[in-house]
Order: sequence, then structure tokens, then C-alpha cells
Amino acid sequence: MSLIDSVSLPRSLRLPRVDGLVQWIVPLAIIAIWQVASVTGFVPTRVLPAPSDVLLAGWKLLLSGELARNIWVSFWRASIGFLIGGSIGFAFGLANGLSQLSSKLTDTTLQMVRNVPHLALIPLVILWFGIDESAKLFLVALGVFFPIYLNTLHGIRTVDPQLIEMGRIYGMTDGELFRRVIFPGALPSIVVGIRFALGIMWLTLIVAETIAASSGLGYMAMQAREFMLIDVVVLSILIYALLGKLADSASRVLERLTLSWHPAYWKR
Amino acid sequence: MQTALRTSLPDTELATRANFAPHARVVREERPVQTSGLPLSIRGLRKSYGDNEVLRGIDLHIPAGQFVAIVGKSGCGKSTLLRLIAGLEKFDAGSISLGDAVKPEDIRVMFQEPRLLPWARVLSNVEVGLGRDRASSDAHSRAEKALTEVGLTDKRDQWPSILSGGQKQRVALARALVSRPRVLAFDEPLGALDALTRISMQRLLERVWRDQGFTAILVTHDVAEAVALADRVLVIEEGRIAHDVVVNTARPRQRGSAELAGLEGSILNHLLSADDRT
Repeated sequence: MSLIDSVSLPRSLRLPRVDGLVQWIVPLAIIAIWQVASVTGFVPTRVLPAPSDVLLAGWKLLLSGELARNIWVSFWRASIGFLIGGSIGFAFGLANGLSQLSSKLTDTTLQMVRNVPHLALIPLVILWFGIDESAKLFLVALGVFFPIYLNTLHGIRTVDPQLIEMGRIYGMTDGELFRRVIFPGALPSIVVGIRFALGIMWLTLIVAETIAASSGLGYMAMQAREFMLIDVVVLSILIYALLGKLADSASRVLERLTLSWHPAYWKR
Repeated sequence: MQTALRTSLPDTELATRANFAPHARVVREERPVQTSGLPLSIRGLRKSYGDNEVLRGIDLHIPAGQFVAIVGKSGCGKSTLLRLIAGLEKFDAGSISLGDAVKPEDIRVMFQEPRLLPWARVLSNVEVGLGRDRASSDAHSRAEKALTEVGLTDKRDQWPSILSGGQKQRVALARALVSRPRVLAFDEPLGALDALTRISMQRLLERVWRDQGFTAILVTHDVAEAVALADRVLVIEEGRIAHDVVVNTARPRQRGSAELAGLEGSILNHLLSADDRT
């Protein structure tokens, strides 16, 4: 009897509203401990400013319009770079997954380029593009290209051949076969590629902005370091965390929209 | 050899069966007779994979609308024969003729795996079976009718992954039936199902075959299934038709009757004695 009680109790606690809040307990607790540690002087503010100071710095930057402008610039660079790199990666993934000839022509080259860390190209990119927008877009596009290319290719190559045979038997044309069998079959893998790419997108952008830029979040953090504004540095880092979480949530929404047929994405 | 296995039905049993289900018989007779099946003629059919000669000259005539079961040990070439008939593979020599003016929609195959598209709802999966008529305006109603025939109307908007194995196979059957095929080839369609689901699926197959009158070719390793469903059982050994057995038992057949069991036993004996010889 007592066993049944103890087992059924946690289940009844799992209301959907509570579920959404549970994931925020740990971050909020960390911030609370951090605040207490700063106020009591356990952590010197020269090393790590209190969350309230960081919030205050954020408020000031928000009022001056600097914060919104920098976030917007970074967001714009990230999205455009992602779109360019992502579409090229997707196109190559499709071509090489569907055509033997295309795969033989380009796959080896792409695999070689893939093994060069794209951030190692920064000096070269600065020489080519200066610290212009195109330098950042180029780096983000290059970073995003590979996860999307590889996962699209993998997705298309691993579509169940029995389903493709079925499609052919039932008289599907090449276009129909792609639309109804190959693309939906490759989609779970493509979505995984998008999630990887979103992570790489932020990483690349922040590094690029830190090294060579005159606006954006990375630039804001570097400027703050020059003037020893440690609260702004911490603020920038926290904004990266929030933006990363936002990108992850966006990809989850994408998963739910496109993979609703997949048992792994059903709500339990 | 053939005559030895040919069986005739005792008169007494016919009489009792007629008494037992007179209504069922009347209903069947009132239906418009659809002679939609295609006759099938195969001459000297050969097929090899590399050095392995799988089919070594098959000669076979199947009249329109007949239900033929093909049995044999694994690797005897029975599935290859079916794939050749269905046009899934090319043969090396011989001919297969299905009469004139055969459209691709006239021949359908059902596999051991349901092969449903997991990302399409049940009804769209059935619509796939319409072939080139998928875009036509009555596609929906035709697919719904086919779903009704297999008794799954209430599942039309479900994803295939929530269906049981038997239900998935019924959707696959609806997909094969929706284009009103004239030849339906079954490649062990019930092999992966549990015993009870198998029997109800066998009944379903027999019913739709009787209703629609297509020519049915069933490859199976289950001799009991073959004698329960087919008009004629072909035993394939080493790439040739070793026995051609006519099953005259009237339908609906009594599962587990002594007559079918006897027939099953003698076919099994042939299969096993061939085993002893090698």
C-alpha cells in the first residue's frame, strides 16, 4: 500500500504548468546563491559582480539603446549567415545523396575542407574581407554548412530502401518519390543537423565578433574588457546563454512541427 | 502424382455446409460477378544470380481469377518467381504474359513488411496505392472505400506507428486493393503475424479475393495456409515446379478439417522427402 502511494505521488505532481517551470529551478537557484555570495563578500566583485549589478548594467545599456542595437546586429549576422550556409549545405546534401555523380565529384573535396577548423581561417578572412560584415557572414556560413551538409546526406542515404521500392511499385515519379518518401524520411536527420548548426552558428559569430568587429555582442564584451567593465562582460556571457537557449527552443518547435508522426516526439 | 493428391469433397459435408450458411451463399451469388482477374502464362522462365541458378525453367498457366499458393523450402526460388511476375526484377530467359493492355495499376504486391509511410496518415497511405490516379478528385472516397473493406475506417486519421502489426498489414492490403488490381501477388504477407491475427487476415484475404475476383498468387512457407486459401498449390523444388496440387474443397473452408489436414500432410511429406533425398 505504502509502495503504491510513494510511486503514484510524483505522477500527480507532474502537471504541465509545473513541468514548464521545473527546468528553471536550477538556473534560478544558481543566481540566488551567486547573489548571496557576492553580497556577503565571499566572492569579490572584482572577480565576479553580483547578479544585481549585472542586471543594473544591462538596464543602463538598454536605456542607452546600445544593448538592443548590439543584440540586433548579432542576431542579424547569425540568421543571414545561417541561411546562406544552411541552404548551400542542404543543396549539396541533396545533390550528393541523390546523385552518384555529384557525390563522386564533390564529396571528397568537402570532407577535406571539413577537417580544417573554420575558425583557423579567421586571419585569412580578415585579409580578404577586412572586419566588414561579409567576414562574419562568411565564417558563420562556413561553420553552419558542414553539420547541415553531413546530416542531410546521411538522412537521404539511410531512407528505408523498402519504402523506396514500394514507392516505385506504386508508380511514383521521381519528384513524387522525393516529396513523399525520400525527403520526409531524411527529415529527422536534417533536423539534428540544424540543431548542431545553431550551436556552431553562435560559437562562430561570437569568436568572430570578439576578434574583428565594430558592433555586436562580441564587440560589446571586448570593449567592456578594455575599460574593465566586468559587469558588462558577464552580462554579454549571460545573453549568449539566453540566445543559445532560444535557438534550441526554436529547433524544438521545428521538430514538433515537422516530426509529429514520429513516436519519439510524442508527448508522454 | 497430381491425381493422387487431387481430392474431391464428400457429398455429406457439402450438404451440411449449405445448411449451415445458406444466407452467406445467397449473398455471394447476388453480387455482380467481376471477371477482373487476368490470366497468366509463363514459359521456360529462368533466373540466376551470378552462378546461382534460382529458377530453372518454370512453365505455368494460371487461369483468370484463380487463387494459387506457392510453397517450398526457403531458397527454392518461390519469392523470386513472385518478384518476376510482379515485374520487380528482370528474368534471364523465357516469357511471362498477362494478356494484353496491362496497366501498372493492374498488378499489385503485398510484402511481409507493411511498408507504410510512417509520416503519412493511414488514409494517405492508402491513397498511395492509386498510382497515377492519386491526383483525381475521387481519390479520397476510393481510399476510404478500400479502408472500409479491410474494416479500418475509424483509423483513417491515425499515424501508422500506433497500429498493431495486423492493422498495419490491413492498411497495406487496402493500399494494394484501392486501384482494383487484376493480379495481386502476396509475398508471405502474414509471416510476421501471430497465429490468431493470421487466421483473421486469411479470412479477410479470402473475402476480398472472392468479392473482387482478381488473380491471387500467394507465396507462403505455411502449407496449412496454402491449402486453406488456394484453389491450387504449387510446390517448388530446386527452381522447378515439382508438384501442382488442386484443392477442390468448397468454400468457405472449415479450418482444421480432416480433408485439409490430409492434403497438408501429403504436401508436407513431399517437401520433407525431397529433403531426405538430398
